[in-house]
Amino acid sequence: MKTGTLKQILLITDGCSNQGEDPIAMAALAKEQGITVNVIGVMEQDVIDEQGLNEIEGIAMSGGGVSQVVYSQQLSQTVQMVTRKAMTQTLQGVVNKELQQILGGSKTMEDLPPDQRGEVMEVVDELGETVELEVLVLVDTSASMKHKLPTVKEALLDLSLSLNARSGDNRFSVFVFPGKKKDVEKLLDWTPNLESLTSIFSKLTTGGITPTGPAIHEALTHFKKKRSLRSLLSRDDESFFEESV
Amino acid sequence: MMMNHSLKSQCKVNPGTVIEGKWHRNRYTIIKELGYGANGIVYLAKNQNQQVALKMSDNGMSITSEVNVLKSFAKVQGSALGPSLLDVDDWDRRSGKVSFYVMEYIQGPDLLTFVQQKGQAWTGVLIVQMLKDLDSLHKAGWVFGDLKPDNLIVTGPPPKIRTIDVGGTTIQGRAIKEFTEFYDRGYWGLGTRKADPAYDLFAAAMILINTAYPKRFSKTTGDLKQLKMMVRQKKELMKYEDVILNALQGQYSSADEMRNDMLQLTRSNPAQRSTVNRNAGPAASSQAASRQMYRQKKQKGSFFETLLITFIVTLLYFLYIYGQLL
Repeated sequence: MKTGTLKQILLITDGCSNQGEDPIAMAALAKEQGITVNVIGVMEQDVIDEQGLNEIEGIAMSGGGVSQVVYSQQLSQTVQMVTRKAMTQTLQGVVNKELQQILGGSKTMEDLPPDQRGEVMEVVDELGETVELEVLVLVDTSASMKHKLPTVKEALLDLSLSLNARSGDNRFSVFVFPGKKKDVEKLLDWTPNLESLTSIFSKLTTGGITPTGPAIHEALTHFKKKRSLRSLLSRDDESFFEESV
Repeated sequence: MMMNHSLKSQCKVNPGTVIEGKWHRNRYTIIKELGYGANGIVYLAKNQNQQVALKMSDNGMSITSEVNVLKSFAKVQGSALGPSLLDVDDWDRRSGKVSFYVMEYIQGPDLLTFVQQKGQAWTGVLIVQMLKDLDSLHKAGWVFGDLKPDNLIVTGPPPKIRTIDVGGTTIQGRAIKEFTEFYDRGYWGLGTRKADPAYDLFAAAMILINTAYPKRFSKTTGDLKQLKMMVRQKKELMKYEDVILNALQGQYSSADEMRNDMLQLTRSNPAQRSTVNRNAGPAASSQAASRQMYRQKKQKGSFFETLLITFIVTLLYFLYIYGQLL
């Protein structure tokens, strides 16, 4: 079973967007392109209001991903859990598709008797261990995030530690919004581990508006750009994920 | 805990609820909640006058995954690695389908509670017991993963330590499925999250430390130095210092090795807890010394090895880039 590369956007924010396109629509667009959008809402002592909460859930739902709201102390563990959970979800989707082709109709894993489900699960586990993964991290750097950024950095380092324990390849890139001049700014281009983040992150400035929608939109093009660049270099990269999804 | 609203609402059931499986038609009456984690809630339940533990989750995948682990444990002969699996099924609720599995109910206090009630003398004994179980688990190709006092129940009498919750149990060589930061090698910057026996032994050492610091402590420098310091501040830990440090640094390749060192220490340290460590006896100290020397030799060799490998990899990488550019 060929799954190609799993593509995810991981959005880390603490509230509501207030500029540009509707982030929920942009997340739906991402899903159409085979990119999953996960959202983590970070709280300090403050509580995220209802509107922010709805947006966080809405983005993840239309982006086919997972959302979770946490206090910043629990960020590290949540980031890796959310990413893995979304991976399993996507892979499960792939496996379900295959199952439907074999069994016909709209049967999914969940409809199988427990014994057979276990065997299928082993396939999903195996895929989760070996599949290639691309995670684009989108960090909200509006003013209220300022004192949460050190924790975000820790959590991202921890994420690369977790994912690099798998045998499949990983690539990460990090974007922040709002950027200095544009809505979004690239902090780190595709890289297999996030260690270089330490020095860059301390120089970050925070402030301004929260253009979540435009940020997701821009992130999508980054996946695309990279794809065309790679296909220039090597022709054997045709099997992309959309085929199997 | 994390705020997972959906989890709470889906699997929250009241005592007295009868759960009937869709496939095997067994009926379970819920008695009370035993505990909950990231992947579901565990209930004490009754089935034909037998007390059982029932775990349910709206994430059917994690249930299936854990069932797979328990099933493969059952194939390892004559061992009590995890609770034995009794039933797997789905429960149709009005709000949706909930997957659950039923296992043997392991009754007793968790490790920390037990040691607090019965005294520190039990720590060594129970850890030695645990290491024996870990050894057979490792030999069967698994790593426990989320090893922590909450997942260690002391049953009995006679007291016997048992592991529960196989949510983190991972096939060796893969990435650890689930862990708790304080007991995680990666969190302290002392290794990867790849499942190998040494990962569990690191957690075992942290559990030993945990018995002297029941409230745990937070990461400051977050490295070996901090952990060393914490060990040296407690008399009851000084006794195990060598073993703890070896395990923290991944020096043990098997649980048996760590167990033997633990046994050496407890054997050569009869009842006089005031003069620890230095009177640890010739056998233990000489053994520890020889271990250290061996390690130094090994480290020197491994340095050149690393250098050589780095060189070869760099060379290959350049060749690859060269090939790509052409």
